[in-house]
Amino acid sequence: MQEILIKNELSIEKSRPGRRGVRYAKAQKKASDYLPAGYLRQENPRLPELSEFDTVRHFTRLSQQNYCLDGQFYPLGSCTMKYNPKAYDTLSVLEPFAKAHPFAPESAVQGTLEILYNLQELLKKITGLAAFTLQPAAGAHGELTGILTARAYHDAHNGANRTEVIVPDTAHGTNPATANMAGYTVVNIKSAPNGCVDKEALKAALTDKTAVVMLTVPNTVGLFETDIREIAEMVHKVGALLYMDGANFNALIGLAKPADFGVDIMHLNLHKTFGAPHGGGGPGSGPVGAAEHVAPYLPQPLVTFENGHYTLAQRPESMGKMKAFYGNIAVCIRGYCYLRQFDATTLKEIAENAILNANYVRARLKGKFNAFFDRNCMHECVLTIDPHSMNGVHTSDIAKRLLDYGFYAPTIYFPLIVPEAIMVEPTETESKEMLDAFISAMERIYEEVCTDAQVVKEAPHTQPVRRIDEVSAARQPNLRW
Amino acid sequence: MYNQENCRFAKTHEWAFVEGDVAVVGISDHAQEEISDIVFVDLPKVGRTVKVGENCCVIESVKSASEIYAPVSGEIVAVNEALAADPALVNREPHAGGWLLKIKMTHPEDFNALLDFEGYKATLQK
Amino acid sequence: MFTPTTQKDKEEMLQKIGVSSIEELLQQIPSQFLYPTLDLPHALTEAELTAHIHELAAKNKPLKNFIGAGMYEHFIPAAVPALSSRGEFLTAYTPYQAEASQGTLQTIYEFQSCVCALMNMDVATASHYDGATAMTEAVLAAARITGRKEVIVSTLLHPHYKEVLTTYTRHAGLTITEAKVQTNATLAIKELQAQLSDKTACFVLPTPNFLGNLEDAQAVSEVVHAAGALLVAVVNPISLGVVQTPGEYNADFAVCEGQPLGNPISFGGPGLGIMAAKKAYVRQLPGRIVGIAKDHDAKRAFVLTLQAREQHIRREKASSNICSNEALCALNAVIYLTLLGPQGLREVAELNLERAHQLADLINAIPGFKAGTGAPFFNEFLVSCPMTAKEVIEKMAERGIAAGHDLGNTCTAMKNCLLVCATELRTESELKAYADALRGI
Repeated sequence: MQEILIKNELSIEKSRPGRRGVRYAKAQKKASDYLPAGYLRQENPRLPELSEFDTVRHFTRLSQQNYCLDGQFYPLGSCTMKYNPKAYDTLSVLEPFAKAHPFAPESAVQGTLEILYNLQELLKKITGLAAFTLQPAAGAHGELTGILTARAYHDAHNGANRTEVIVPDTAHGTNPATANMAGYTVVNIKSAPNGCVDKEALKAALTDKTAVVMLTVPNTVGLFETDIREIAEMVHKVGALLYMDGANFNALIGLAKPADFGVDIMHLNLHKTFGAPHGGGGPGSGPVGAAEHVAPYLPQPLVTFENGHYTLAQRPESMGKMKAFYGNIAVCIRGYCYLRQFDATTLKEIAENAILNANYVRARLKGKFNAFFDRNCMHECVLTIDPHSMNGVHTSDIAKRLLDYGFYAPTIYFPLIVPEAIMVEPTETESKEMLDAFISAMERIYEEVCTDAQVVKEAPHTQPVRRIDEVSAARQPNLRW
Repeated sequence: MYNQENCRFAKTHEWAFVEGDVAVVGISDHAQEEISDIVFVDLPKVGRTVKVGENCCVIESVKSASEIYAPVSGEIVAVNEALAADPALVNREPHAGGWLLKIKMTHPEDFNALLDFEGYKATLQK
Repeated sequence: MFTPTTQKDKEEMLQKIGVSSIEELLQQIPSQFLYPTLDLPHALTEAELTAHIHELAAKNKPLKNFIGAGMYEHFIPAAVPALSSRGEFLTAYTPYQAEASQGTLQTIYEFQSCVCALMNMDVATASHYDGATAMTEAVLAAARITGRKEVIVSTLLHPHYKEVLTTYTRHAGLTITEAKVQTNATLAIKELQAQLSDKTACFVLPTPNFLGNLEDAQAVSEVVHAAGALLVAVVNPISLGVVQTPGEYNADFAVCEGQPLGNPISFGGPGLGIMAAKKAYVRQLPGRIVGIAKDHDAKRAFVLTLQAREQHIRREKASSNICSNEALCALNAVIYLTLLGPQGLREVAELNLERAHQLADLINAIPGFKAGTGAPFFNEFLVSCPMTAKEVIEKMAERGIAAGHDLGNTCTAMKNCLLVCATELRTESELKAYADALRGI
């Protein structure tokens, strides 16, 4: 019955000639009355023809084939899948914001500019940095903005011969990819046995060719770089800059200011730490902050406040522009809302609870799923398994089996230095009951591994589709109808 | 044709054997197994010159991209066109139908510097 | 209140962890950094926050909008935000676990398909940050494909796009030069032909160009390809309801700002970068791509594919560092295109064409003002004024109208020029009101 009613069809397969979802007033003349024949489209595009109701049903049904944070626990390490207050959904798209044109007279967009200015100021306060640009549209975009800003700084300080960026082997793939896009050579360094930067390796890699050292703090194995200050001094001693990837800032908000560590440039992810949902993969926002000496090189314009008027100020020493217009403004409005709903005390509680939750999961799973680094962690814990002692079950199998228990999967196989990594970031917005349920599911999967490994290896069993053959999809790509 | 006697190996898992002044290059059975299901082979342009150890080809699986290094220096004179339609040939016949490219050697001594089968096998055991 | 952990929970959890306090967990942070003074404003309740944000919103003045210049005000059917704001879409992550993300994956596949249909191109990506970054990534791909280092762009490329391209490519070893323009504000194709060489990686053709004019894309395409270079077309997606498509004039890459497809302007962001290409270049495309696969029971399923191009696998050798993109904006676009269908798209494009031409006619009837350059245009056109554009804009704003974009901001020689846009949303009476106001200043 259900099979007959709910067919997994594409919109184009539901299409029937003549159906439509929107009607417009009829133009009085034809396109050919305005444009030369050679400039006209020859055939209508092959778009679906659906009624409004067909369309609503179609996309509603698709939405129901998704796990989402509103419905399920989403322990995705390094992604900070925390709850974001619903108020921001409406406040960020109020009509005066949604209709504000980036080229409108400044006097007509003072409300938007005031929010952007205030957000810049608030981000400065919580990081201790001297200036922030809101232009980057995502974390990786922020990284590129930061590294190109560093490059502009070096160019202005006789640093054109600096050609290398040092990246630890635990870094997100975006870090080396970013350095390469900025025209730098990537120097990878190994981590120390305790999971932090190997200072000897760093020392050996630092030369007068080093432009930037990129560090994620806390790092991607969920640990704080305890010697960060010393590292910063080593970096500065050779004339390089310290870039902090702030993707994991949720663990530090209210607890510590990156400027105190000696950080020169950093990016934040509003869509991780500051009240913006992930939207299935964006839009995000990756503001970049810089210390006093680097600030002049940030992208232009920044919002300034002069004579009672908010204005978009051009900057003569700026590295340029990273996207058209000024940033993902609707996401920035969410970030501003978030930072107005919390003060110093409540922000600190957010970070503390994120750390408490991760350590709780780590401690409770110990013995069955052990942390790769057996010590207290920050906001996420990285577990590891040995398939040889788990009846040949791999991390990917456990991830798929978790879907059957109603949980999204943790981040897996990252960081690369951890074999069969399972990276769990519960965030502060999950309750103890939810963590306990997740722990129970993991424990039950562990039992299944011992008694009926096949059920784990063939998971998932309850999703709209079963395990997918990614190999043939990549061999014979079908990327459109 | 490939056989264990005429073939030499690089530590980076490429094999080569010589036909006249041309080296036929592929990857070892061990390498194809490590890469697992190959979905795409990014072959170089014919006519390109490569130095020994230079990246000359990328083999993709769903989860990895592995660089293949030229075991000898010279000019690439042929690539295995069959891999475009059937990249899994490298998995099925790494030593035969799954060859990657042919290099006309400029420094034939490169070939002699490669490992023999036993030598290569020993590197795998380490 | 935001964190659900009670004091009792906390004590139990600390005990299980085997520490006596949260501070003990924080020992890895040197104490000199811990608990800095933060001079933040007091925390607002939801009600206070709502009032505060409404107050700020009220500081934006509602002007009747006749500005385009890269961001366009179009009608957004109610079903678009109603569907895309569903928590199932809004609060999902990137669809890495395909089995639990079929909804998002299928919408991306349908988005890619709609983009290909719209542009008449072979393949499309899941989305980019905005039109400018999509164009830049297409240029970088073209340089990789051709192995050439010189890029030519039309002088009439959006100035922000030029700036982004320069910023991104400054250290990529590419040189960027501009192709000249004729007096009617379209490309001088003969001069372009002389400029192209066997070193040219690609030519970037905006059509409509920044001054609203459509280019003879077919002729441009021929001279570009004759030099062995690639053609990167930068288009307006709504115009493609009536205007010749990149596929029809054999573009190698087609990119655009997808905001007009169901997304609000929102002061310029988020935008929606759309990129389509010929099939041969699929493995040079940056960012995510969704494909069809089969599951264990041979049932159709959707999955992120060709991932070996991407940063999480190839790290510094990836085709780009892009990770998060603009999935939700792409969702708006695919819902919008599904609602419109081929007929709706044609109608909305025809209406844009008509309203813009009606407004141009009305302006041309006003002494001292001249609309258009004689070249064909879509929904936007150049207006030369008998005074500075700045003055026109100020006076029109007093009358509740955002008159257009001041071209003097880009080029001082054009300080008397205004770029004016009329979409389907501007009614005939609003067009008349615009002309009356302009006559009155």
